[in-house]
Amino acid sequence: MTSKTIKVDYLTRVEGEGSLFLRIDKDKVTEARLNIFEPPRFFEAFLRGRSASEAPDITSRICGICPVAYQMSAIHAMERAARIRIEGPLRDLRRLLYCGEWIESHALHIFMLHAPDFLGFDDAIAMAREHPDIVQTGLSIKKAGNSIVECLGGREVHPINIRLGGFYRVPQISELEALRDTLKRARDDMERVIDWISKLPFPDVSRDYEFVSLRHPDEYPMNEGQIVSNKGLEIDVSAFDDTFEEEHVPHSTALHAIIKGRGAYFVGPMARFNLNFAQLSPLASEAAKRTGLSEGCTNPFKSILVRAIEVLFAFEEALRIISIYERPEAAHVEIDPADATGWAATEAPRGLLYHHYKIDPQGRIETARIIPPTSQNQKIIEDDLKTVAQHFIGLSDDELKWRCEQTIRNYDPCISCAAHFLTLNIDRASEGL
Amino acid sequence: MSAVPNRKLAVWKFASCDGCQLSLLNCEDELLQVAAAIDIAYFPEASRAMRGGPYNLSLVEGSITTKADAERIKTVRAQSQWLVTIGACATAGGIQALRNGRDVREFASIVYAKPDYIDTLETSTPIADHVSVDFELRGCPINKKQLLEVISAFLAGRRPAIATHSVCLECKARNAVCVMTAKDEPCLGPVTQAGCGAICPAYGRGCYGCFGPMEQPNTGALSKKWQALGAKPRQIHDAFRSFNAEAPAFRAEANLYDE
Ligand code: SF4
Ligand code: SF4
Repeated sequence: MTSKTIKVDYLTRVEGEGSLFLRIDKDKVTEARLNIFEPPRFFEAFLRGRSASEAPDITSRICGICPVAYQMSAIHAMERAARIRIEGPLRDLRRLLYCGEWIESHALHIFMLHAPDFLGFDDAIAMAREHPDIVQTGLSIKKAGNSIVECLGGREVHPINIRLGGFYRVPQISELEALRDTLKRARDDMERVIDWISKLPFPDVSRDYEFVSLRHPDEYPMNEGQIVSNKGLEIDVSAFDDTFEEEHVPHSTALHAIIKGRGAYFVGPMARFNLNFAQLSPLASEAAKRTGLSEGCTNPFKSILVRAIEVLFAFEEALRIISIYERPEAAHVEIDPADATGWAATEAPRGLLYHHYKIDPQGRIETARIIPPTSQNQKIIEDDLKTVAQHFIGLSDDELKWRCEQTIRNYDPCISCAAHFLTLNIDRASEGL
Repeated sequence: MSAVPNRKLAVWKFASCDGCQLSLLNCEDELLQVAAAIDIAYFPEASRAMRGGPYNLSLVEGSITTKADAERIKTVRAQSQWLVTIGACATAGGIQALRNGRDVREFASIVYAKPDYIDTLETSTPIADHVSVDFELRGCPINKKQLLEVISAFLAGRRPAIATHSVCLECKARNAVCVMTAKDEPCLGPVTQAGCGAICPAYGRGCYGCFGPMEQPNTGALSKKWQALGAKPRQIHDAFRSFNAEAPAFRAEANLYDE
């Protein structure tokens, strides 16, 4: 074999529009690219001049799969600018809301987007013909996550009840109690189905990664914490801009986030899991041990199992929060940031999501910067593609293509999120579409 | 298992957040039934299988913001018996239409290191500006029950039963307290099309118009009411310029308050 290229012109079962390009010279993979042709929407530009209070509703429209993540990073950044910390039940409710989004987003990915790869199905609907029980269970788990978002947020996609300082309306104890049975049932279903997931055929590939996530002394990280890595990084979120940068690589028009002076890093469920294993809830850490997962997992294909563990965690955490909930008197604290700068990083389902705002004296946004998880993972994904394609070089083109797609899906990439800030390769003609 | 249904559905994406197409996957209880009633032949976000056209029903999410997409939507139209736009992006240009009338090169340079590489049009425009559309479903995002109604109506060969009156009537239907009367809270409900079930007022907040203008909205009267409640011109302007900024009725009202 001399040289050839392998292309997937339109990546499927990912959020947004991207393509894959691989060059192979004499059985050696020489180039791997994840191209993004999602049209830009310019959020950072049109946020300028809008009231700081609008940031959560506007930025949620960057992504319909993880709108809560955008709302959470936006409100925490604005609260930081106003130098106000939200504690107590309002803080707990935000965590509960995030549990709902993690469950909904992870379940979508596990059962509808990723599992079909391991078993050779085109989609969950085809998979449902042979594994009806798994797909039905997956859908009901997803629905349980959505029921939390709907209760606290008003609706599943782009919740309307989140504002700076808290909520427009906080639930009655009875409204949360009403979720309890559904969540318990779904938690038990998840526990059962984890054993099925753990028996999927995982390719035996692993790499040495720098994992990056938040870490919090008292809890598995969601809304708060320091940014840490398995290679000694330990910084306050305020040092984000000094620590990370976007690198412009010559082979592509995409910007890749790297740790200054060190290189690519890995964010998302596997990073959180590896860096916060001790903070998992009892059932979740027990399930991890039972299925052979331990701290320091470096096989990216096992991310599906890690997501499943996080779903189990999120159910337990949601049930814990519901059991201690006391309805606060005020649904929100008044927050009016002005003439200030604020930033925050929270753990979106797909990993670290950083927002940075400068607010003018009238309380309007002067500048906005948003760095979503998929942008941060892009370089790691391309490096993985090289390793995996090399590992499976003997496969037919079609099989190799599918393996590469599966490799990309390990990261549950959200290209819609990434595109508003990545520089784009829109050369559709030469990329095939 | 039953045979593959003979009618074909396609789901297309243009500039958008994916939230409207996700609404189909959020029909957890009905998804497999939908798949049994109509062949989901092209839905890249959910399936690797990309069965070719023609399609009996195409759901189109997102707005047109690039030259390539302005061409692609024509090929979608050519392959589709029915074309339904889903959501504010596809129906009114979406939040990304805030670029319209601004310097898009400057916008690109704010976000991108190499703005020259960005292939983008000056405007974000609705699908109906480019091809004929058989039905427009509102919302940012759409309501999934309304989506199921559109699909069922198509399968039954009838017009979807989607109300075009205001959010106010939905407030009354669910016995929600009017936030403008009770809390002096500015609300776009009186001029916004129903469909969400009046979620915002039910949570004690004013509607921010994510379903776009109702049929013949009295936006002028509402702006006066907002001013009486103490709203500044800038606030009124921004309220009409959000997720449905390019819907003609909202754009016209916003222009009156442009400073
Ligand atoms: S209308 Fe709103 S929810 Fe739908 S795709 Fe556009 S931004 Fe997303
Ligand atoms: S009340 Fe208005 S802003 Fe709120 S969901 Fe309904 S249409 Fe959208």
